[in-house]
Amino acid sequence: MSDAITAVMTGNEAAATAARLARVQVVAAYPITPQSPVVETLCRWVEEGELEAEFVRVESEHSALTVCIAAASIGARTFTATSANGLAYMNEQIWWAAGARLPLVLCCANRAMAAPWNVLNDQQDSMSVRDAGWVQLYCRDNQEILDTTLQAYRLAESLQVPVMVCYDGFLLSHTVAPVAIPSEAAVDEFLPRGKALPVLDLSDPRNVGPVTLADPRPDSRGVLCHGYMEFRALHHRALGAALQAIPEVDRAFAGTFGRSWGGLTFGHLLEDAEVALVAAGSLAAELSVVAEALRGEGIRAGVLGIRAYRPFPREAVRAALAGKRLCQVFDKAVSYGHEGPICSDLRGALAGVAGAPPVFGAIVGLGGRDVTTATLAGAVRRAVADLVAGVRDRPEEWVDLRL
Amino acid sequence: MGTKDCGHEISMSTPSAGEAGATGDWRTARPELVAGKCLAVRQDDLACQLCWVYCPDLCLAQGVPPTVDLRYCKGCGICAEVCPVDAIAMKPEDGPEGGKP
Repeated sequence: MSDAITAVMTGNEAAATAARLARVQVVAAYPITPQSPVVETLCRWVEEGELEAEFVRVESEHSALTVCIAAASIGARTFTATSANGLAYMNEQIWWAAGARLPLVLCCANRAMAAPWNVLNDQQDSMSVRDAGWVQLYCRDNQEILDTTLQAYRLAESLQVPVMVCYDGFLLSHTVAPVAIPSEAAVDEFLPRGKALPVLDLSDPRNVGPVTLADPRPDSRGVLCHGYMEFRALHHRALGAALQAIPEVDRAFAGTFGRSWGGLTFGHLLEDAEVALVAAGSLAAELSVVAEALRGEGIRAGVLGIRAYRPFPREAVRAALAGKRLCQVFDKAVSYGHEGPICSDLRGALAGVAGAPPVFGAIVGLGGRDVTTATLAGAVRRAVADLVAGVRDRPEEWVDLRL
Repeated sequence: MGTKDCGHEISMSTPSAGEAGATGDWRTARPELVAGKCLAVRQDDLACQLCWVYCPDLCLAQGVPPTVDLRYCKGCGICAEVCPVDAIAMKPEDGPEGGKP
């Protein structure tokens, strides 16, 4: 059996378990709610000898990611986890890790950004680094956290890009659910050792990420090297290649472990739906319940879940939304002064597509504001009423706002 | 577009002189020895050499007197600043904003 046992665990324990199964060699992290139990668990396993890894204690998230960058540069498989202000503190190295094309895996237990101070869930933290060149995958439940983190290593090491596995703080990070734990042998086969790219070699010393100016230029040996823009184009292409690699890895995972998470996106009651409800993370799972309820009252709703947010699955969402009458997006983040990030990207993907549905945006659940199925259903009913009244575009709705 | 594949998708270089390009063309002023002042010359010995110690770009070679590699010297002037006997003067390069060596 590819699964050894099933245990009841939190999302944070699922993330830690995946890191252990991936036999990570270096773990560096700094505590921050709601991520802390991930690395506390890993720390204990290293201390007890259950995980043969270096646990590097650091004084900040910036250093945590820097340790991972250094370790990955010599080919080690690394792990770190963070949330919100911790991720923001890493920001400089988030960009460095991506530009240096290091196969890092980072779990982000999604939490609201300060100020004002708040430790509860929304997705503003990871959405704010969407442009840095990491693959971003959002998880619906604890099993998906474990499985996606394993998939993340295979993706990162095959594409030479870092992967951020995002899951909702508290809603998943601190909520227990049954999780099937794959056997070590099956994971070893799925994630063969030695695939990580060693970019530093004592016998062939290199500067990694040296000054790389605008134009291609000969190096000291006369070999013409790429300029900055060429390296960025190659990086962008690698993210583009992830559009194929993410579903491929998900299929390979399903072949071994019997669970598929849909690759780039997933649907629930979507095929014959007239109203598509779109979200990422646990919100998409909750919307499945909403869609079922709305069908009972005559609104033919379905869910399009965004699993891969970067790269953005433009073709997949175009195909999934073709023929729909309305697309209602729920974002747990805002691009301040504009709109929700998923909403923006979806509008961009559908722009110019003949017969594409109007896209209405909604902002929900910021700073842990409870998002109930009743709240969501109410928002959908209002959107459908507007559509029936002939509205094709409207400002985003801040759902359950009490100003 | 004429760019040879330098072998990898990651920007890397091999540590070597000039790996960051001919940085001498950044220079607006060049260090020049003032005749008769350099301690090494006066003592006819490998004395002082502080300019060599402090050059951040390894553009100075030890000697009597020390010599500057103008292909890479950016003209920062640290050598002139640390010289205990003012034996190095920073001379503006020709041209409106300095110029190339």
